[in-house]
Amino acid sequence: MKNLITLLLLMILSFGVRASEGIDLQEADVDLGDKTSLLRGAKHFVTYCLGCHSIKQVRYLRIALDTHADEKEVLKDIAPLGASIYDQLHSAMNKHDAEKWFGTQPPDLSLVARSRGADWLYTYLKSYYSDTSRPFGVNNLVFEDTAMPNPLWQLQGEQHEVIRKTIYGDRIDLVLEKEGTLSEKEFDQMVNDLVTFLVYVGEPVQMERQSMGKYVLFFLFMFFALAYLLKKEYWKDIH
Amino acid sequence: MKPSRLNACGEWVLDRFPLASLWKDHMTHYYAPKNFNFWYFFGSLALLVLVNQFLTGILLTMNYKPDAKLAFDSVEYIMRDVSWGWLVRYMHSTGASAFFIVVYLHMFRGIMYGSFKQPRELIWIFGMLIFVALMAEAFMGYLLPWGQMSYWGAQVIISLFSAIPVIGGDLSLWIRGDYVVSDATLNRFFAFHVIAVPLVLVMLVFMHIVALHEVGSNNPDGIDIKKVKDKDGVPLDGIPFHPYYTVKDIARVGVFLIFFATIIFYMPEMGGYFLEHANFIPADPMKTPEHIAPLWYFTPFYAILRAIPDKFAGVIGMGGAIVVLFLLPWLDRNPVRSIRYRGGIYKKALALFVISFIALGYLGTQPATPVMTNVARVFTAIYFGFFLLMPIYTRWEKTKPVPERVTAELSLEEQFPAFIEAFEEITEVAPEPVDDGQHHAFRSTFFSRRPNPEGIRNVTTRLAKKLKESLD
Repeated sequence: MKNLITLLLLMILSFGVRASEGIDLQEADVDLGDKTSLLRGAKHFVTYCLGCHSIKQVRYLRIALDTHADEKEVLKDIAPLGASIYDQLHSAMNKHDAEKWFGTQPPDLSLVARSRGADWLYTYLKSYYSDTSRPFGVNNLVFEDTAMPNPLWQLQGEQHEVIRKTIYGDRIDLVLEKEGTLSEKEFDQMVNDLVTFLVYVGEPVQMERQSMGKYVLFFLFMFFALAYLLKKEYWKDIH
Repeated sequence: MKPSRLNACGEWVLDRFPLASLWKDHMTHYYAPKNFNFWYFFGSLALLVLVNQFLTGILLTMNYKPDAKLAFDSVEYIMRDVSWGWLVRYMHSTGASAFFIVVYLHMFRGIMYGSFKQPRELIWIFGMLIFVALMAEAFMGYLLPWGQMSYWGAQVIISLFSAIPVIGGDLSLWIRGDYVVSDATLNRFFAFHVIAVPLVLVMLVFMHIVALHEVGSNNPDGIDIKKVKDKDGVPLDGIPFHPYYTVKDIARVGVFLIFFATIIFYMPEMGGYFLEHANFIPADPMKTPEHIAPLWYFTPFYAILRAIPDKFAGVIGMGGAIVVLFLLPWLDRNPVRSIRYRGGIYKKALALFVISFIALGYLGTQPATPVMTNVARVFTAIYFGFFLLMPIYTRWEKTKPVPERVTAELSLEEQFPAFIEAFEEITEVAPEPVDDGQHHAFRSTFFSRRPNPEGIRNVTTRLAKKLKESLD
């Protein structure tokens, strides 16, 4: 019982706090038409995120279909070993372990891009900094006291916070202290690919929806033009 | 000549069912005033949206699971795996907001042209009952996706009933069927949303239209067209609803659908107003969102609720904001219907009311800070002031003479020349640039114009004067 209460407290503490206001979000450059970026993002997701986070609303097959990629390639390059093309993106971590290790179950990310927005995700993944007071040694500027460790730290390197005094008050900046294996530009590109993939899984049909929209609108404009002429004809003799 | 089989069949039906006379009474020989303007389309559009909600709703129930464990995922299943499910779902979610837009404009039309006044009080009452049923329908439907906002919105609204003294606690328990919003609540809301309330809605819509066709439609001049009839008993200012208004409505349906489709295909979330961002997180009874806001169409009433310090008084205030609308036919003491011939004091009061309704709607979406709450109190006072002071200020009104026959109004296409004139006044032709032998293709009359400060000033003063005049 006592454990349960601690757990609940931890959950409230780690998730009750939302994005700290006043942090300017950086803009993600999401282009769903860029299928290679999307597939790169899918690969990054499986490599760095799928360990803890599932995307249960999407199957590998859907990714292959929507990106016009070969099913076998998707299975070989993106899906983890042993997965079937019909599988959803399930995480291997079980609930009990997750709660023991992180105090909470990592959320399913199927819709995270729709609840948080692409810019938030992009800034969040780039805003980790060293903080020895936290259990995993990192904290996040966008999501204070997040329960999630930084899975990309080897790629990005270690960031530290630097407080700069400006006329608007103190501003917190993050400075790269230890170089990662990727350059800053490469890292930004990688995070952007990841965010692109998350935006895609939030609503896989969105590309199709937008391309369909113009035909629907064209039809409706034609319909309106005809209906308007019909009305004019009928109303000729009403004064 | 021997009648054909088909004709014989038709006769057989017509002998037993008054289809021909129904069609005649309500379409071809229902005389509507010929001067309906822009504001008179929202009634038929509301009917269109109602049909849209029924059809898409039926399709949605085929794949939706009213179960707390399955509901959220079944909606995502519809969005991803059901053929055209995403389109049906977006049509339903956008249709809900469209319904309120159309109904609010329809109600505003009624207030503006006095359509609620004698002899149309019952039409207004039925209409208000439709509005209340619609709010219940929307509120219960919003729980079904079982997202965070669905859950906590329902939690907040149902807990309002617990503010009622003595019976409150038991009443809210009875509504929920549990101590918190849960699977039991979801199931009964599903039943109400798909069966009970729609049946009530259809019945009320039927009565609304029957009552309307009994007394006839009002018009922008607010005069009774049945007073001036020709020798056959047909109102001189009336035209048959079919074909004149049916063809006109078809054209307007085209315009409406263009807006509707633009939202569905390009911005189904409408920036978080039609589909809230937080509702893409599954409902979690353990995590209260830090900012709970209802969907935009409830926010004016939500702002009134929050503006009143005491919870029970707030509930009374929120309910009262709807109840006063019912009383409108008896609060307005002025016999003149249309705003065109009413006094300046009513026009100003109506303008203030519209501003306060929109402002309350905005404030309801924002977190309640002390400043915002105080602003909301001012607008709440204006909202109620409009209604409760109405018996007083409508007596002081200096009305204008109401004409005998309906007046002609310039249609949009007839106003085009005036628009072009105004455009020519606020711009002037730029001096011919030095001819460098390039860019000839772009030098049309439109692109060579530039703003003319004096013209802009003239047009603005004229508009301001006109606005002031129209408020007198």
